[in-house]
Order: sequence, then structure tokens, then C-alpha cells
Amino acid sequence: MTDANLVPLLPAAQVWLTALVVMLLDLFLNEQEKGFLAWISLLGLALCAGETMILWGSQDTAFRSAIVLDNFALFFTQLFIGVAALTILSSIHYIKETKIHEGEFYALVLFATGGMILMAAANDLIVFFLALETMSIAVYVLTGMWRASSRSSEAAMKYFLMGAFATGFLLYGIALMYGATGSTNLNQISAYLLEPASDWPVYLVGGAFLVLIGFAFKAGAVPFHFWIPDVYEGAPTPVTGLMAVAVKAAAFAAWARILMHKLAPFDSDWASALWVLCILTMTVGNLLAITQSSVKRMLAYSSIAHAGYLLIALVVGEEWGGLPLLFYLLAYACMTAGAFAVVTSLSENNRTHEDYSDFAGLGFKRPFLGMAMSLFMLSLAGFPPLAGFTGKFYIFRSAVLSGHTPLAIIGVLNSLLSVVYYLRVIVSMYMEEGGAGAKSWGQSPYLYIAIALAVVGTVYLGIVPAKALEWSRISFFSID
Amino acid sequence: MSAFPLGDLSFLLAIPVVGALALMLVPRRQTQALFFLALIAGLADFVWSLIILSQFDGSKGEMQLVERMPWMPNYGIQYIVGIDGISLFLVLLTTFLMPLAILASWSVKDRVKEYLFFMLLLETGMLGAFVALDLFLFYVFWEVMLVPMYFLVGVWGGPRRIYAALKFVIYTMAGSLLMLVAIIYLATRHAQLTQVLTFDLLQIYDLRLPFNEQSWLFFAFALSFAIKVPVFPFHTWLPDAHVEAPTAGSVILAGILLKLGTYGFLRFAIPLFPDAALAAAPFFIVLAVIGIIYGAVVAMMQADIKKLVAYSSVSHLGFVMLGLFALNMQSVQGGIYQMLNHGLSTGALFLLVGMIYDRRHTRLIEDFGGLWKPLPIFSSVFMVVMFSSIGLPGLNGFVGEFLILVGAFAVTPGWTAAAATGVILGAIYMLWMYRRVIFGPLAHPENQKVQDLNGREISLLVPILALIVWMGVYPQPFLDRMKPSVDRTLKKVFSIQPATVAAKREAGAKDDGR
Repeated sequence: MTDANLVPLLPAAQVWLTALVVMLLDLFLNEQEKGFLAWISLLGLALCAGETMILWGSQDTAFRSAIVLDNFALFFTQLFIGVAALTILSSIHYIKETKIHEGEFYALVLFATGGMILMAAANDLIVFFLALETMSIAVYVLTGMWRASSRSSEAAMKYFLMGAFATGFLLYGIALMYGATGSTNLNQISAYLLEPASDWPVYLVGGAFLVLIGFAFKAGAVPFHFWIPDVYEGAPTPVTGLMAVAVKAAAFAAWARILMHKLAPFDSDWASALWVLCILTMTVGNLLAITQSSVKRMLAYSSIAHAGYLLIALVVGEEWGGLPLLFYLLAYACMTAGAFAVVTSLSENNRTHEDYSDFAGLGFKRPFLGMAMSLFMLSLAGFPPLAGFTGKFYIFRSAVLSGHTPLAIIGVLNSLLSVVYYLRVIVSMYMEEGGAGAKSWGQSPYLYIAIALAVVGTVYLGIVPAKALEWSRISFFSID
Repeated sequence: MSAFPLGDLSFLLAIPVVGALALMLVPRRQTQALFFLALIAGLADFVWSLIILSQFDGSKGEMQLVERMPWMPNYGIQYIVGIDGISLFLVLLTTFLMPLAILASWSVKDRVKEYLFFMLLLETGMLGAFVALDLFLFYVFWEVMLVPMYFLVGVWGGPRRIYAALKFVIYTMAGSLLMLVAIIYLATRHAQLTQVLTFDLLQIYDLRLPFNEQSWLFFAFALSFAIKVPVFPFHTWLPDAHVEAPTAGSVILAGILLKLGTYGFLRFAIPLFPDAALAAAPFFIVLAVIGIIYGAVVAMMQADIKKLVAYSSVSHLGFVMLGLFALNMQSVQGGIYQMLNHGLSTGALFLLVGMIYDRRHTRLIEDFGGLWKPLPIFSSVFMVVMFSSIGLPGLNGFVGEFLILVGAFAVTPGWTAAAATGVILGAIYMLWMYRRVIFGPLAHPENQKVQDLNGREISLLVPILALIVWMGVYPQPFLDRMKPSVDRTLKKVFSIQPATVAAKREAGAKDDGR
């Protein structure tokens, strides 16, 4: 039986094809013309976005249902494309200044994006693993691409080692599950798990836990978070944005499809572990974020804290938690990508300006940047009527609806903690004077476009979320 | 009647936002134009609120001018605004004080554009919280208010402004986030028991949860409001925020923002959870009386006039809380009336303190003395406002305090007697401060040359003085319009729903397997 339906692979293939074109063109363009590659990449992403719109609503599978095409996959494809586009827009100026090779940079961003797209569409543990590695390896390289910076190289090394370690857990878990169920296809594993009266072998549950640990590593949940601050701080800032948003979203996409839905029978085994993970992630992320003096590092810890809020949705389970999870990722993508774009705009002449003191006075010297950053910070802190608040509202609502009210209370108390450090950025921007490099703040118009898009998203999702909520609901419940 | 696509109340909310957006278009350097534009927006909103007053039917107790629009229809979240006799006057107070606060800000020199922008946003936030009838919408406005206030204190405030601003936000959010969980829980329970998913306050009013659940929910709501009021042990943010805020910030903070706490009790915490509220009432009465006396005693000891006024707020709002939790017609009416009085008299006191600070750049009582000679107009205005704050018969403060004490005496004579000593203490600290600032010898020669109030300052104080006298002499039109709504609220508290109905609902819900 041949299964030659390649349609489900189309979005990822489109992105990868663009990456190859970019790499090829790179050979023929001279230094001055390389800016052109950014536009090729954006064009490829736009084509992919068009495809997702045409494919919207279809249910399809390929390679004996190892890859599926449903609204869930398309939802995440659109999210990844959006974040990749924002990353490219905010890198155009940045990578010229830091002398990162443009051809490779854009190609790697596209390769990573393709990997993420496939991660959200994977319905087989092996395909998932391949997709994960495609994404991860591209991001390892991106992290270390700023060769003039020793921090960047250190971050890449750290990321690679920790990532390889996590992959080990994951692969071992997959192997054990395969041993127990006789398949890596999630439909078959799921069918095995749902069979009544079958006693699960111990190593099946053990395998499930190893897979959970692998996911927790990738999502950056405490206590598997140690790599995040250093890696996020060392990586070139646009790459950090990509990691904090898209890589994390990809991990949660796979988590939602695989652990939350297909492996749902394990819920009772995982429940208490997830509970602990969730509370630890929120609390440790927020507490450590308070103590940081670098905004970039603070944002790294804040991304851990937000992974904690997302974990609430995972604890809650698929009936109530699916929609908030997707909506929150959407909101989180807008505000975090925006915040990293603002941090990117502060770097100049190969130097980084990432400390709170570098933000001093920004609000009045650069009103647009100040306003945008304030909105992102307020949204991250959960002030209405911005995206972050709506996202948190639905997360906490799902916790209450499913009888996890204590989790909602712990969540809101954590939000309170987060107010302290998010508002400190606003304090620096508006209530303090000075600031390094005040002269040449933010010149790239493309970066401004990226920030403006993120602002629009943050405000839109906060004030008129009805459409996006519906979109999230349809997407989540399209999982077969 | 509305000729606009928006309803009357939505238009009221929209005017300041439109004004704020219009400010963006004015060049930064034209500060006069910016001020005039903001002032026009403030005045336009005030005029519009008078139109609303003219449409308001004072004989009805239910919500009027109600507007409904779906917002997130699948989740029961709507945009619902409406007004009744309780919120009507608080809305009027807000629109009345706002243009005055803008007028009083003329001395702000730097970053005028942002300053006025935040002032107008703050106005919409406060008005929205007063008219919102959907719990979600209320929460949104409730939190939205924090941001402009945070900026106003943090950017344009005094030397310790950053600390004060952060403290203000953290305190307020600590309470309100728990309220968010309570709101979600309440809506969830409503959906379980009635199969109607909604955040509509008017529908949720009909829900009567078991006492145990009520007490938890009441606790979450009450904590949020008690911090805002502030009730005695939660008051420590208030002196910091008041002292560090710019003059207009203090006026708004004392005049309007604090009222949102007491309004929250009356609109949400008490009628939503009547059994818990009744059980907690003695407790709150005690806290209110402690607040009255403690605020007065601490105010007496202050060397800084602004701090003195700030602590006097704690004392005055203790009276309001006493009135609300005595839960009878007179005391609650008195409580609402006292909210308005406090808005006017404390607002005016902060304005006066700001005026003298602009001239002398100090607020310490010991730096003044003998001001009646160089500043006759200032001194006489100050005197009227001070008497209003003390509660001199014939001025507004007396009416409110009298109604509260009469109403509360019927419920709890002992504590009311203790509260009455607060009136005396209030007279002591105010008169003592007045004597040290205005009378006595002119000990500091630099006070000799101080200019008396100018036309702008007089013009913004005159409307307040007029209201102070009017509300003292002829309170009936105010009380008449409040009465039906207060009556409705009290009926909600004291109506006892037959337990069987609640039990039946519970059983019915269980059958549905939810």
C-alpha cells in the first residue's frame, strides 16, 4: 500500500524549500545585496501562510497517519510563521551590526520554523522526534551565530549539551513505550492505552514519565529550567525572541497533542507530578525574575513563569484546558516577541544594552518604544484590557471550572509577584533618568514594524478576543 | 434619545478617551493648547453627566439607561453599563472633580501631554467602574484605573514617588486578583446552578449560595475593596500614595478612587453575599470605628499638612464604612452622602495644600503661621472647607455624619458612641492645624511675600464651595434620588430566599450530571 498524500507536509515543505532557496541565493549575492534574502524568507513565509488559509478546515493524514493535517496543526503553523516573520523583521538591522552571516541566519530560522510546524503536526513519536531535532539543531546553531561574543558561544554549547541530555530522556521514553505497545504511532498507542483490563507494564508508565521529563526540559519547566537564563541571555536577542516564543510554543503544541490528548489515559499517573511542576515553575520563575538586573534575563525567567501558567491548562486537562492553552500561547507570542524586539532595538554597534539602567528615560526619549514596552510589560503582568489578561483569565477560569480552584489562587498570587518586576521596567523607562547609548536608540524601520505588529496583536487580543477564542477552540477540538 | 451609535453612558465613557487621543495630535510644546483641550474634554464629560442626571428618574430604584452588547458571547461576558441612585452621584462627583483637577494641574511643567493623557484615561477607568454591571467588565475597569494612577504618582510625584506608586499598585492588586478568582468562581457556580453562563451582575444577584461559599467569596471581594477604601489594617499604602502624588493625583485619589472601595461594598460584596455580609457586619463596624479613631489620632500627630489630610481620609472613610455596614436606610444613605462630602471637602483640602505648596515648596505646619494676613482669600476658603470636613451644621459634612450616626445608633449604640468621639477628634486636629497655619504670629518672614489666590485658583474652588453649602443646606434632592436604590439593595440583603428553592436548584443541577 502506498500512501503518497503529501498535502499534510506542504506547509513545512514550503518553509524548508524557502530555506534552501535562501541558501542557494546566498552563494550568488555579494555582501551589499544580502539584505534581499530577508525578503525572500518573508515571501516564503507569506506563501506558507496563504497555504494554511486554503487548507484551513481540512482533515488529512500522510504516511499512515504519522503526520496529520488538522486545524490544530494549521493554528500552530500560523503562529510559528508569524513569530518567524517578526524575528526576521527585527533581525535585519541587528545581524548586520553584529556581523552574523545573513544567508545562514535566515535559512536556519526557516529550518527551525519548518521543524516546529512538523512538531505540531506529528502524530507519531518518531516523526515528532525528527521534527524536534530539526528545530533544535537549527536553534543551537542560531544561538551561537554571534561569533564575536563569547557569551553567545557559551550559550550555544550549554544549550546543545542540555538539549542533548533532554533528548536522551525523550528517546529512552519513546523506546520504552514502543516496547510496551508495539508501535510509535500515537493512534495505536492511544488505542492500546484505552483497551480495558490490560495491565500496563511498569516500563510503560516509566517510559511515559521519561517522555514527560523530555517535554518539561523543552518547555523549560522547573526543575528542568537551568539552561534557560544563560542560553536566553547569551543568544543574539532576536534568536532569544524566537526561542522564548516559538520554540516554547512548539513544545506546548506537541505537549497538547501528544501528552494531553493522545496519552490522556496517563493523566492519573501524571496528575500529581504535573501539579508540582506547575506550581514550582510559576513560583520559582517569578521569584528569580524579581532578583535580576538585566531585562533580558528577567524576560528569560518570566518565560519560565509563563510556562507555569500554561502548565495550569495542562493540569486541567483537555476538556477545559485546551482552548485557554492555545489562546494563551497566542497572547504570549505577541507580547513576548514584542518585548524582545524592544530589547533588540536597544543594541547598537555590537554592544548590548540589556540592563534596567539602559532603559532609563527611554519612555520620554523614544515615546513609541516606551509605549510599546509598557504595553508588553503590563500585558505580561496581566493588566486588562490587554492580551495577557484575557489569556490568564481563561487559564484561571479553566482551573476553576475543573475544580482546581487552589491552582487558580496560586496562579493569581504569582501574577502579583510578577507585577513587581514588570513594573520595574516601566519605572526605569519613565521614572528614572539617564540610560546608556541614549543617542542612537533604534533606527531600523523594520524593527519598528515588528514592534508595531506585536502591539496591535497585544491590544487586539485583549479588547476583542472573541474571534481568536473561537479560533483556538475550533483548532484544539480538531485534534482527532 | 441618543443620537449617537453609542448609548448615553457609553458616550460618557468615550469622551475622555477621545480627548486623550486628541491630545496625541497636539504638538508637545503647546502646553496651553494641551491643557485647554483636556479641560474641554473634562467639561464636556461633566455637561454630559448633567444630561444623564436630567434623564434619570429618581423615583425608580432599578438600573436605568442600561446598555447591553455582547463581548465574548460564548463565555457569558457582556458589555453592560447602567446607573442607579447609588452610582449616579458618584459619577457626577467624578465628572465634577475631574475638570477641577485638570485646572489645578496648570502648574505642571514637564511632560504635560502624557500627564493629561493619563488623567483622561483615569477618568474613563473610574467612570467605567462606577457604571459597569458585568463582573468581568467591572474588573477590567477596576484594574485599568491602576495604570494611569501608577504613572501619575510615579512620574509626577514627590521624592519617594517610585516606592509609593509601586506600593499602591501591589496593595491594590493583591486584593483584586483574589477577587478575580472569586468572580470566576461565582460565574461558574451560577452556570452550574441555573444553566445560564453569564457575568451579568443583575442576574447573579438572584443567586443565593450556601453560607460557607458565600463567606469565602465575600472575603475575596471584601479584601479587595477594604484595601481600596482603605479599612484600618490595610491603610498603609494611602499616606504614601497621597503624600507623593501630585496635587491633582491626590485630589482624584482621595476624591474618587477611594470611593470605589466603598461603592464596591455596596454594589457587589454586600448584595451578592448578603448572609456573609450580615455575619461580617459587626466585624467591619469594629474595624470602621478603629479606623475612625486611629485615623484621627494619627492625623493629629502629623507635621506635614498633606499627611494630615491623608490620615483624615482614613478617619472619614471609617464613617462611610460604619454607615454601610449598619445596613439601614439612614445609615447607608448617610454613607453614600458622606462619600460625596469627603470627595468634595478632602478634594478641596488637597487643592489648598497644593496651592500653598506651589508658593512655598513646603508642607510642614511649622513653616507657616499667620497666613491670614498675606493670604485672606486662601484663609477664608480654607476655613469653610475645614468646617465642612469637621462636619459643622449647615455644611455638607454634618448631614452625612449625622445620618450615619443616627442610623448606626439603632444597630450598635456602643460602637456608634465610640465613633462619635471621632467627630470630636476630627474637630481637634483640624482646628489645631488651622490655628497653627493661619493664625498666630507671622514667624517666617518669607511667608510675608506670598501671593494670594489668583483667578484660576479661585474659579476652581468656588464650585466646590457652592456645592459644600448647597449639600449642607438642602440635601433632600440628593437623598430622594438615592432612596429607591438603597431600598432595593437593602431588600436584597434582608430578603430571605426559601431554603427549599436553593436546595431544589442544587438537586436539579446534580441531575444534569454536571
